[in-house]
Amino acid sequence: MPDTTTPNYHWPPMADRRVIGKSHSRLDGIQKASGAAKYNSDIKPDGMLFGAILSCPHAHARVTSIDTSGAEKIPGVTAVRVIMGPGKEVQWGGAEVASVSATSEEAANDAVKAIKVEYEELPFLVREDDIGKAGNRAKAAGEQVTGDPDKAFQEAAYTNEGDYGIPVITHCCLESHGGMVAWDGDKVTYWPSTQNVSGIGGDLGRAINVSAANIHVHQDHIGGGFGSKFPADLWGVEAAQLSKQSGGKPVKIFLDRKTELLIAGNRPSAFGHIKVSADKDGKITAWESKTWSTGGLAGGGLSADLFPYVYRKVPNRRINHTAVSTNTGSARAWRAPNHEQASYLTCSAIEDLAAKMKMDPLDVFLKNADLTMREEAYTSQLKKAAELADWKKNWHQRGDSGSGPVKRGLGIGVGTWGGAGHASQCQATIHPDGSVEVELGSQDLGTGTRTIIAMVAAETLGLPVSAINVKIGDSTYPPSGASGGSTTVGGVSSSTRKATVNALDKLLAAVAPSLGTTPDKLEAVDRRIVVKGDTSKSLTWEAACRKLGTNKISEAGENNPRTAPREGLNTGGVAGVQIADVSVDTETGIVKMNRLIAVHDCGLVINPKTAESQIFGACIMSVCSALFEERVADQQIGRVLNPDMEFYKLAGIMDIGEIIVHLDISPENDKRGVVGLGEPPAIPGDAAIGNAVANAIGVRVPQLPVTADRVLAALASKGGNA
Amino acid sequence: MSESDSKVPNKPPKTKPDFSRRGFLKGVGISGGVLSTGVLEPVAEAESTAKVDGPGAVPITLNINGKAHKLEVEPRVTLCDALRNRLEITAAKRVCDRGTCGACTVIINGKAVYSCTTLAIDAQGKRIETLEGFSTPAHPHAITKAFLDHDAEQCGYCTPGFVVAAKAFLDHTPNPTEADLKTGLGGNLCRCGTYMGIRKAVMQAAKEMKSAKVAKGTAHA
Repeated sequence: MPDTTTPNYHWPPMADRRVIGKSHSRLDGIQKASGAAKYNSDIKPDGMLFGAILSCPHAHARVTSIDTSGAEKIPGVTAVRVIMGPGKEVQWGGAEVASVSATSEEAANDAVKAIKVEYEELPFLVREDDIGKAGNRAKAAGEQVTGDPDKAFQEAAYTNEGDYGIPVITHCCLESHGGMVAWDGDKVTYWPSTQNVSGIGGDLGRAINVSAANIHVHQDHIGGGFGSKFPADLWGVEAAQLSKQSGGKPVKIFLDRKTELLIAGNRPSAFGHIKVSADKDGKITAWESKTWSTGGLAGGGLSADLFPYVYRKVPNRRINHTAVSTNTGSARAWRAPNHEQASYLTCSAIEDLAAKMKMDPLDVFLKNADLTMREEAYTSQLKKAAELADWKKNWHQRGDSGSGPVKRGLGIGVGTWGGAGHASQCQATIHPDGSVEVELGSQDLGTGTRTIIAMVAAETLGLPVSAINVKIGDSTYPPSGASGGSTTVGGVSSSTRKATVNALDKLLAAVAPSLGTTPDKLEAVDRRIVVKGDTSKSLTWEAACRKLGTNKISEAGENNPRTAPREGLNTGGVAGVQIADVSVDTETGIVKMNRLIAVHDCGLVINPKTAESQIFGACIMSVCSALFEERVADQQIGRVLNPDMEFYKLAGIMDIGEIIVHLDISPENDKRGVVGLGEPPAIPGDAAIGNAVANAIGVRVPQLPVTADRVLAALASKGGNA
Repeated sequence: MSESDSKVPNKPPKTKPDFSRRGFLKGVGISGGVLSTGVLEPVAEAESTAKVDGPGAVPITLNINGKAHKLEVEPRVTLCDALRNRLEITAAKRVCDRGTCGACTVIINGKAVYSCTTLAIDAQGKRIETLEGFSTPAHPHAITKAFLDHDAEQCGYCTPGFVVAAKAFLDHTPNPTEADLKTGLGGNLCRCGTYMGIRKAVMQAAKEMKSAKVAKGTAHA
């Protein structure tokens, strides 16, 4: 009978796990921290050529002439390509106009400078913060009305109106965007920096007319992606074309930092005027938002559907959203696309309402938890976060923060996300010598994917993590989804679990006769195949594998998002709450992070160590965007003023305060299966920090980042006193 | 300052043994990088012994990790590009292109320096240490091991710069406080947000390096 039953893929019970759920150091950690890890921006095969891109300096212009003869004369230049010829219209600053390849990087850069382009400058819009100036570049989506907001506002005991804004920020991946491409006859090899090892070959192939089957993609490590590195992009295509024109030699193009910040993706802005009301008990009764945002030329960006965020079930709502088309680089997915913005606007409005009602915002968030889709989760998370923040002791009424110049405040932010596993295939192979390999066309963004794959395989096969040879980062391995939307851990853990269960079942069937039993009576534990309940009858792992003779076992496993929900290995749908604790110097306007407390749904946690790191990292990104990051564009000249890391500011090691992570690892959460943690903790921080500042200084600083000048301006607007 | 420093020509003026962001940038300037040009240290610039024969490539010798490397570079080539593009020594990463993020940090004559704002020709005659010189997968440095222990890395692209900066910092500040550390490593940026792990890792490494020194001292005695 056991031979005909469906294999048992379920995660072992919590108490029985030997590897999963125990912290394990990342497998590539020593390689990375000794500089031995080779990124595709590090590699330099013999004969490699350096590619470079000429970018358009104007926000909107038509190319009237382009002369590449100067570039072609530079010694070492192997190819020059015009991307935007005469008559072509360039729609944003930094856009690619021409490309070159040369034997040295210096020659390539000289060649770019030697290309003469004449432009006819055209009208542009590069700022969207004042929607009154957007003119016909603003496209309103239809109004959505639910219930009777007008009546509800009339009857409300309290109503607050406020303006809020969060600017465009950029991904600023430390390894810039780019890659290397080489041709060998009609075959192409591509070494990109990508979140999409299995899919990016097809994307390049469509652009250069080569079938995906003839494109080999390889990437061992990626230096940051955050949602911006899925496609091959024009620079990948240009690397391929330059290589082709240079006899197939590898051509490497990685964008310089300026170009990377201008065109390689960003997070859309969000601005809004929000009106929210409550009854005398603080129950929210009505919501009205007029929001706008830009995601570049296509407008895009935010969706009206996200408002009010998390507190979805406000009974009376009027929602308007306008997309503003600007002549700036296009938005890309940015770690929880649009959720940070929606969280910031919504939670700011709720906090301001609470301040108007002179109520504790914690009570208001709690009291209205029934307006969320997961009342119990938010209630328990709010309480847990408040406990960790010692909220009752440290919170005070807005602005009631003592007579000294430094004011302390607390603020709350909430978030939600999906995060179920993506489509993933895994091939697990057990060799007769006992070695094990698992292959997936996946990638490790630094999230620890490599390590959790090995942990799942080790758990299933009763082996130490070090015995698993994890092979990822190559398009010859079974396809696995792109790493976006917190879907990787669920996808690869499930496919690896299934493949290794299948392989183990084959091994048990092969060795059962020699142990005088049937496969269903066997299990793999501590490098041995043992008869359940009779440890005297066993084989070492190696002895068991020798019984395979010359035949290796190679089995596949697949996570299919359609069937995954009923299989229960992974799931999506998470809640999260963060509380920020800040001190603001009202004389200088400088905000100092004291603590950021993060409480998140986590499902079954495979590796607590790297899971915690994900949350630390996401919280730090929130500190960056709440206090430092802003793409600043000038409408007079049509330029982004800070496409560099000196003036496009990120937080440093001294700027982040303390971060306290609460992973709710419990049997109840564990039952839900594996859930992605990449985006969820990146969501609530902006709102929490903004609210904490308002609580500290007694007045809302409407726009992020909360820079010193904005703090001082906000204080001045209310009369200079905190 | 170690003994070997005194043998080096163009010895930088003594600085406080703690690192501030300002001091870090100043150090870059003193070492002959772009920032020094007429801005921070005109005197040090004038005393430079490098013979500039450009704009074409000139033969230079760089002392990297105790080995002499002969190569030909144009005078405008930065040390970072010489390491990465000519010598395939790639632990130091080029990230910001302009002396902001610290991913390209190397140690020159005992001081942490941004190699992207140091010209290769100006690095001649100096003792250049890259991460590869003091930490390998087979023999990881205490800081590397501490980074692993405390998961002080994610994508890993800033990590080599941080490990190198941490080594220079701990060499100068063997008993750091948390506050020292935050200032001392303030010249490096991470995008994934690994600072929490880095703080713990560097404090652990400080302890281990100190006890290793004590153990070594005892063994000699």
